[in-house]
Amino acid sequence: MKLELRNITKKFGDFAANEDISLIVNPGEIVALLGENGAGKSTLMNVVYGLLQPTSGEIFVNDVQEDFEGPGDAMTAGIGMVHQHFMLVPPFTVAENVMLGHEHTKGAFLDLDAARSEVRRVSEAYNLQVDPDALVEDLPVGVQQRVEIIKALVRDAGVLILDEPTAVLTPQETDELLGIMRDLKAKGTSIVFISHKLREVQAAADRIVVIRRGRVVGEASPEATKAELAGMMVGREVSLTVEKPPGNPGEPVLQVSDLSAADLEGRPILRDLNFEVRAGEILGVAGVQGNGQTELAEVLTGLYEGEVTGSITMDGKELTGRTPREILDGGLGYVPEDREHDGLISSFTVTENLVLDQFGNAPYSSGGVLKSAVIDKRADELIEEFDVRTQGAAAPVSSLSGGNKQKVVMAREMSRELRVLVASQPTRGVDVGSIEFLHKRIVSERERGAAVLIISSELDEIYALSDRIAVMYRGAIIGVVGPDTSRDEMGLLMAGVTND
Amino acid sequence: MSVAEAPAPEALPEVHIVPPTPRLVKVLIGLGIFAVVVFGFFTPSGEDVTFQLALGEEALALPDLTLPAKISAIAFSAIALLAAVGGLFAARKERALWPYSTVFGIFFVLGFLSWAVAGSTINLVGLLQGSLLLAVPLVFGAMSGILCERAGVINIAIEGQLLTGAFMAAVVASLTQNAYLGLIAAPLGGLFIGLLLAVFAIKYWVDQVILGVVLNVLAVGLTSFFYGRLLAPNQETWNSPPTFSPIAIPVLSDIPIVGPILFNQNIVVYLMYIIVIVINVALFRTKWGLRVRAVGEHPQAADTVGIKVNSVRFRNVLLGGLVAGLGGAFFTVASVGAFGKEMTAGKGFIALAAVIFGRWKPMGALAAALFFGFADNLQSVLSIIGTPIPSEFMLMTPYLATLLAVAGLVGKVRAPAADGIPYKKS
Repeated sequence: MKLELRNITKKFGDFAANEDISLIVNPGEIVALLGENGAGKSTLMNVVYGLLQPTSGEIFVNDVQEDFEGPGDAMTAGIGMVHQHFMLVPPFTVAENVMLGHEHTKGAFLDLDAARSEVRRVSEAYNLQVDPDALVEDLPVGVQQRVEIIKALVRDAGVLILDEPTAVLTPQETDELLGIMRDLKAKGTSIVFISHKLREVQAAADRIVVIRRGRVVGEASPEATKAELAGMMVGREVSLTVEKPPGNPGEPVLQVSDLSAADLEGRPILRDLNFEVRAGEILGVAGVQGNGQTELAEVLTGLYEGEVTGSITMDGKELTGRTPREILDGGLGYVPEDREHDGLISSFTVTENLVLDQFGNAPYSSGGVLKSAVIDKRADELIEEFDVRTQGAAAPVSSLSGGNKQKVVMAREMSRELRVLVASQPTRGVDVGSIEFLHKRIVSERERGAAVLIISSELDEIYALSDRIAVMYRGAIIGVVGPDTSRDEMGLLMAGVTND
Repeated sequence: MSVAEAPAPEALPEVHIVPPTPRLVKVLIGLGIFAVVVFGFFTPSGEDVTFQLALGEEALALPDLTLPAKISAIAFSAIALLAAVGGLFAARKERALWPYSTVFGIFFVLGFLSWAVAGSTINLVGLLQGSLLLAVPLVFGAMSGILCERAGVINIAIEGQLLTGAFMAAVVASLTQNAYLGLIAAPLGGLFIGLLLAVFAIKYWVDQVILGVVLNVLAVGLTSFFYGRLLAPNQETWNSPPTFSPIAIPVLSDIPIVGPILFNQNIVVYLMYIIVIVINVALFRTKWGLRVRAVGEHPQAADTVGIKVNSVRFRNVLLGGLVAGLGGAFFTVASVGAFGKEMTAGKGFIALAAVIFGRWKPMGALAAALFFGFADNLQSVLSIIGTPIPSEFMLMTPYLATLLAVAGLVGKVRAPAADGIPYKKS
């Protein structure tokens, strides 16, 4: 099926998320839309899928102009979409999810048998193994994604839009997905593949269209170098590697022994962890999301609500059983995974967020009264030092871009004398320019002699920063390896496969 | 290293997980022990307790059952305890618990009655028949709550819907001297409140809890105003509705015990049976139900497959208003026979409790409403017989039970994921 966009513009108020975008996807072609977070890729695809209506411009499917008032119209026209955040109802079965919106009925009742056999038919035809009676909430994300693809295929989608499909997958699952995409292409399905990951775009696409700030800035072939693609994406030359002097680890600072944790219902979440991080060393924690990394960070910072056994020491002092306040004051810096919820108070100003950890201490307040002159001065210094792009120190932090929000969090945490830095997904949803900067700051903490623990589901980031890499699987550390470990081996570890 | 021979995830220290004992079972066992000890100890020996098993008008009446109170208190409580222990084993094998909790409930109550009624007589059939009647508005209210909340709109306004329904039924039935016309007018009263709820909650994203409270106040204000100005001064014309009399269903109503309780009731009760069954089937077996549940759990997912989220919600809130309004008719044209100021007296809130206690399932809410109706009736029956417990404590039961349910004491209570969250398109 052929999809053509002509001069699509989508405005939200004065802000143009898409400006004058034209794009052709030929039958059986895989076109990658490459761009940074916030470049307007998802907005464009939501327009194509009928979730948003374009301010101006036209959409043609097989050379027929279409006007989508809702996703229903787009589906009828043969467009299917797999969203970045899955659009599946967790307590429903696979079959119920697949038939939702175009239900089979027998008389007045749902015909679940027909739905089941439809799921089986499609999953066999495209080699997507899925049990139609499984509850979606029990399925791993990789399988949930296949359910999404099945959902599109049973509706005879001729054009499939995949929005950041690999963000939640293991490297193996990603390979499987790329295989599925090739199968679909061979059967004539056109695919629009949205991503900001250069490697995957190169592996999958026939043609790469680069979007920056809502505009198409160019096309590239998959043979282009990564540096070329990144340059197009960001609009200037970027260095994709982190400059890191050889490590010189000192004494162990953070020591974790026999650490286990269970959630409030008694299910084991962390199993018997043992590791240490030395002064001047970066330990990367790799793993597919949901294997206990989030909880590990919470346990280290005293935020975890379940039961914790074992010991964590920082410079020999026990941390378990202490409050987050005591742990932070003891010299631990924490960059939480979800900065919007856990790292910042959105409605507070940049200044207020920058002193959130210390406003009660001298010199920022005395006798319970804030000293705003001191606070403002400190905030200005930090904004300068961390290159926070803001309309002003008094602007609410919610008005900042993802990268600048993260700089605020990082600036606040690093403004204390840190012995240990725990950073969870430090560059998730952050633009390439800010990633460079944030990585540099993390490395400089290491140079200063802090013990750094990086938790990330982006393998590139783990490789770029780590001196050693611990891989987590189902709450356990399944292996600790060097940064020279091959991606294949790493992928197997992340899937729980060890070689001994 | 090769993938084929590498040990699978089993290489990890696997913990064999014994299913944890559900809190419900623990609570039941605790209650069972409590019953054996307290009811057994405090029941005076030498007294008898008499259970009447018929109303006296049946063709096939069972004889009265007279038992030594102390022994029956201990025996019934012990059977309840056994059922609870049986539940423990069922839980180990991951079998359904409800048969055990039902048996527990029946014998716990019998043990309790043996103690509370010792030395006197209680009519079980009358007790249960009255319980059902008290539960009727609760059931209608709870169905309204389920219709709204399954689609993702919190309905605190059930109380107001019952009240306007009761009011409309009374006025229309009085003016026309036709109870059936009252029954048709009542849902329209509920619909009016439902419409306000739908418009403000869905269209204008007003906080649904605050909105519900406000609508209840509005319903009280409006009906009280008309009651004071119109109904009270002109009782004859405006507030003397004819009421429905019971219709005995042939054959079924002759079954001992069950017959008079379930099948010798008025039309509103029969309508209730139908509505509960229809909603239960529709919610879980039809296209409509699938879409409603999808909208209540994950509205974005429903939207992306072309379901109009806010239309589904709007429709369900209106339907809920109709159902609760119909339930309101029970007060005036099936039970009391006149409208009274604020006559719903908090039943709408107990209905809300039944929704939660019944885990947003029609059958669960029905069971919860029946339980609350039973507690209510038991309280009034016992206060007539004269018992050791203050009746106010019995009246607390529904709220206490709901509090325990919400606190997770009887297992996980999970509302529809998008309940109370307006759906705004970005």
